[in-house]
Amino acid sequence: MATSIPARGAPGSKPGRRVPKPMSPGRQAWRSRLWRFDDKASPYAYIAPFFLVFGAFGLYPLLYTGWIALHRVEMISLDRMEWVGWENFSRILQDPEFWTAVGNTFVIGVISTVPQLLVALGLAHLLNYKLRASTFWRTVILTPYATSVASAALVFALVFRADGGLLNWALDFIGLGDTNWANGHWSSKSAISVIVIWRWTGYNALIYLAAMQAVPSDLYEAASLDGASRWQQFRNVTIPALRPTILFTIVISTIGSMQLFGEPLLLEGGTIGAQGGNEHQYETLSVYLYNYGWKLGHLGPAAAVAWAMLALLLLIAAINWLVGRSVRKTSA
Amino acid sequence: MRITRTVTGRSRRAAVLATTGLTASALLLTGCSSDSDQSGSTGPDANGNITLTVADFGQFGYKEAGLFAKYHELHPNITVKENVTADEQVYYPKFLQQLNTGSGLADIQGIEVGRVKELVDTKADAFADLAGVIDAGQWVNWKALQATTDDGKVIGAGTDIGPMSLCYRRDLFEQAGLPADREEVAAKVAGGWDDYLKLGEEYRKKAPKGTFYMDSASAMYNSVVSSNEEQYYAKDGKAIYKDSAGVKAGWNLAAEAAAKDLTAGLAQFQDPWKAALRKGTVATVACPAWMAAQIATYAGDEFKGKWDIARTPGETAANWGGSFLAVPAKGKNVEEAQKLVKWLTAPEQQAAVFKAVGVFPSNKGAYELPEVKSAKLAYFNNAPIGEIYAAEAQVIPAAVLGPKDGIIKDSISTQINNMEQRGTAPDDAWKAATEAIDKVIG
Repeated sequence: MATSIPARGAPGSKPGRRVPKPMSPGRQAWRSRLWRFDDKASPYAYIAPFFLVFGAFGLYPLLYTGWIALHRVEMISLDRMEWVGWENFSRILQDPEFWTAVGNTFVIGVISTVPQLLVALGLAHLLNYKLRASTFWRTVILTPYATSVASAALVFALVFRADGGLLNWALDFIGLGDTNWANGHWSSKSAISVIVIWRWTGYNALIYLAAMQAVPSDLYEAASLDGASRWQQFRNVTIPALRPTILFTIVISTIGSMQLFGEPLLLEGGTIGAQGGNEHQYETLSVYLYNYGWKLGHLGPAAAVAWAMLALLLLIAAINWLVGRSVRKTSA
Repeated sequence: MRITRTVTGRSRRAAVLATTGLTASALLLTGCSSDSDQSGSTGPDANGNITLTVADFGQFGYKEAGLFAKYHELHPNITVKENVTADEQVYYPKFLQQLNTGSGLADIQGIEVGRVKELVDTKADAFADLAGVIDAGQWVNWKALQATTDDGKVIGAGTDIGPMSLCYRRDLFEQAGLPADREEVAAKVAGGWDDYLKLGEEYRKKAPKGTFYMDSASAMYNSVVSSNEEQYYAKDGKAIYKDSAGVKAGWNLAAEAAAKDLTAGLAQFQDPWKAALRKGTVATVACPAWMAAQIATYAGDEFKGKWDIARTPGETAANWGGSFLAVPAKGKNVEEAQKLVKWLTAPEQQAAVFKAVGVFPSNKGAYELPEVKSAKLAYFNNAPIGEIYAAEAQVIPAAVLGPKDGIIKDSISTQINNMEQRGTAPDDAWKAATEAIDKVIG
């Protein structure tokens, strides 16, 4: 995309720019110095707002969180900080609840991301056919994404309620008995992943759809001339062409599931939600962080959790990169 | 009925609005804290008119009793604006933040009893001293002590308290072959909570189908612990909950209730709890003064007159919940705010609030007023609640409070709920509770 933009070093070379009038040599030198300065400096000025905002609201909190993680800080007295070094980190690493949260985050991440991306691929494939009112359908699948986490979680909390919940009512009706969804270890995780899947599938489907439409149609034509069925076309043309997009959605979903917060917090709500269930059965890392910092008021360990989450994400990214590289090597 | 949840510990305010709390957290999540802009204290305008801001949580009852409007009538230059956060657990962290940064504070701030010790210990400087403004001698003495620092500074004026009683269903008791009269019921449980459980076993033998003796064992636990002078902390500030006699007694009773299947295992103020009241499947509820109004609201007209109130089991009086009004020192209208606090917590106003929303006065003067003294609750078969609660309130021991009382209570309640709901063995549950609490204190 970037190749068609003319180099900016030569004034007047751009179509439509006025030819400069002749002027005195001194003035011309000044002008050209100004030109050069403008040329070098203005890009920085243009992007500066982003970096200033990022510095204030991204980088500074990040570093300050790291600083807090090395101190003992209580919610009640933020002004008193006492250096404790790595104690906060060792404290959370020795906390079984932390590892429960790591496990839960991982499990919920897998059982929500995998089906979600598979379904999204399928949906995108369907939407890629010539459909009547295709825009309508595309809008429809994106609707869940437009709802807020909170309202989605609250509605699903009603669906999954043990006593008088919609789902239990339906299960009871067809004679399958009822389940206490939020109480069980697997059922609560499934319930949360259902909310996540509901909300994000359409979003991913649209991304896939966009990528699919960029696949040259002659590939499909050639494939169908060779007698490939729809399914074979999907497997052998669509999927390979979508590989970078799939990788992208995996990364985005991984980050998303690492930050999973609203759904577990609101599934039961209140005190229980804030600790991820009575037995922490659906406590994710974000909920653990929230509980440590805002309910217990110990900000040091909470900050340490935040950094541990960052470390985990980097670790996952590294694994992702390694896997990607080896896949590329073997396919090359 | 398998939803687990425990709010019992914190207070009625946190608890009462647990469901609203859902919405509150939802708002928190979407970042619409709708009120933060207007809550801060501002000085008088050009005409000398003052707007006093009051930030509180749950239901303090001032608006319902029309007190802010009345204050404006008495002082035309003063307008009072109340900013209510439904859930105390949302309210308090925000309040702390405002105290730390010194901005966004209202002229008057509510404080829940589970938090007051923490503030007295660490933040007394941030509040204006009420010692010269209110007469602490008017309050039941233990209430006044809760908000007083060691050197005599009073950071908050008591609003309401929660003297205990026992709410029960007359009709269910009759069907189960038990006495329905409130004196007879009180006599049956006069020996204490052990008697209460024994009565429960009797109830269970002939209980109407689908009903439970009590709503929640953690509520009973709370009542038991509340009747002790020493609860979770010793006088010297050391956390002693592991050896505290009250905690042990409460825990064992709760374990027994769970083992004997006397409890519905409902987390109070959650939807399933409300639904159980609505359906009328709960025979008794441990009943702090403010609970009666909750029961009447959720059980509905169908059960009017079928509920009754008896004296709480045992000899020792207990308090559960209650709040304070405090004036942050950095406000722009400290003096006017103090006057308003004094007025709001005076006997007449506390009595008016009691009449409007049923929260019981902490100011002794109110007990002599007709609104309180002769108060009867039609819903509860005309139980003389004013008499019952006032008698109880004045003999409640001055409990030793600790900075993390509320959270400790919550952690224990959670595990009691696990015993009721999941049949967790008491030893395992206790271990889980102590681990959680050590994390809180540490």
